[in-house]
Amino acid sequence: MDQLIFDSPLILSPVMLTLLALVFGGVLGYAAVQFKVEGDPIVDQIDSLLPQTQCGQCGHPGCRPYAQSIANGDAINKCPPGGQATVNALADLLGVDAQPLDDSGEGDANIKKVAFIREEDCIGCTKCIQACPIDAIVGAAKQMHTVLKSDCTGCDLCVEPCPVDCIDMLPLTTTIGNWSWELPPPSAQRAVELIATDSGRGVAV
Amino acid sequence: MADFAVILISTILVNNFVLVQFLGLCPFMGVSNKLETAIGMGGATTFVLTLAAVCSYLVNTWILVPLDLEYLRTISFIMVIAVVVQFAKMFIEKTSPVLYRVLGVFLPLITTNCAVLGVALQNATKAHNFFESTLYGFGAALGFSLVLVLFSAMRERLAVADVPTPFKGAAIGMITAGLMSLAFLGFSGLV
Repeated sequence: MDQLIFDSPLILSPVMLTLLALVFGGVLGYAAVQFKVEGDPIVDQIDSLLPQTQCGQCGHPGCRPYAQSIANGDAINKCPPGGQATVNALADLLGVDAQPLDDSGEGDANIKKVAFIREEDCIGCTKCIQACPIDAIVGAAKQMHTVLKSDCTGCDLCVEPCPVDCIDMLPLTTTIGNWSWELPPPSAQRAVELIATDSGRGVAV
Repeated sequence: MADFAVILISTILVNNFVLVQFLGLCPFMGVSNKLETAIGMGGATTFVLTLAAVCSYLVNTWILVPLDLEYLRTISFIMVIAVVVQFAKMFIEKTSPVLYRVLGVFLPLITTNCAVLGVALQNATKAHNFFESTLYGFGAALGFSLVLVLFSAMRERLAVADVPTPFKGAAIGMITAGLMSLAFLGFSGLV
């Protein structure tokens, strides 16, 4: 039998290749078990869609824990800094229906708000600076602080620690500096509108 | 020692795999749009190419040659490369998440990089010993990375340059690659 295998290349080559493939398959199978990575890649993907302001308005200590919680079936609409765009992106990623943003009873969620410090009341305690997750407040001890309007995400976290309540959340007014085109609606919504328009046209004709 | 230096210079400059031997052109054109990705791809290729050169040398000397099966080189090297890439990917993912984040996306791409197979086959036909094979693979990868990084840096500048409309995009990329290849032919008298 040995003689037959080693003398005839016709048999030797497929036998050898099969053995090689089996060994490699074994190595890879072993590696797949041995080097198995814990951790859910979907959490990374969700985390990358969240705004990373770590504001905690979703009820979780930060964006990563919220991503973890979404992966475990939590609602996707608890992120006010991300706004409706984030909810839509999450809905796309997870293949669920986009829900309206849950802004916990706060007025109109679509109006972007920024923190504003009434500078005559500010005592320079730096507590709001420490609370700001994105370093959008400038100032020093015993000096008045101010908010960088362009960086503020409107997360409200600075309002709570202020001992003299001099921080207001003001709607961001549209100026030439920050005006931008409205983004087109997500494709599914647009398709519905298109069909609706078409049917209206059909009736008219 | 001098031999090793000759192998390195020869693979990096004189017989550069991309510009002189025209191997591994797909990542050369495909992943060279941004300097950052080019560096990542270069790193991943260096890693895989060296490893693949070693493994295919071992398979060739210990299995194929003793059994008189040299004609199975191509198919078994392809298998070796695919396994090495997959294994390296799993190993890096487990041991170094940081490195994995840098190299991870490029690793599967390298399986189909013909420079990897080219190095393995040339090692076999040139009857290199173990160290020569390793060095040949490493040098080839260094040459590949060097050219890829140079080319991507040029393409980043081309992207903002005032290129005539008919030459925009891939066309000017091809022309640039051709000119680089001509420039590298100038090294041919070096070794």
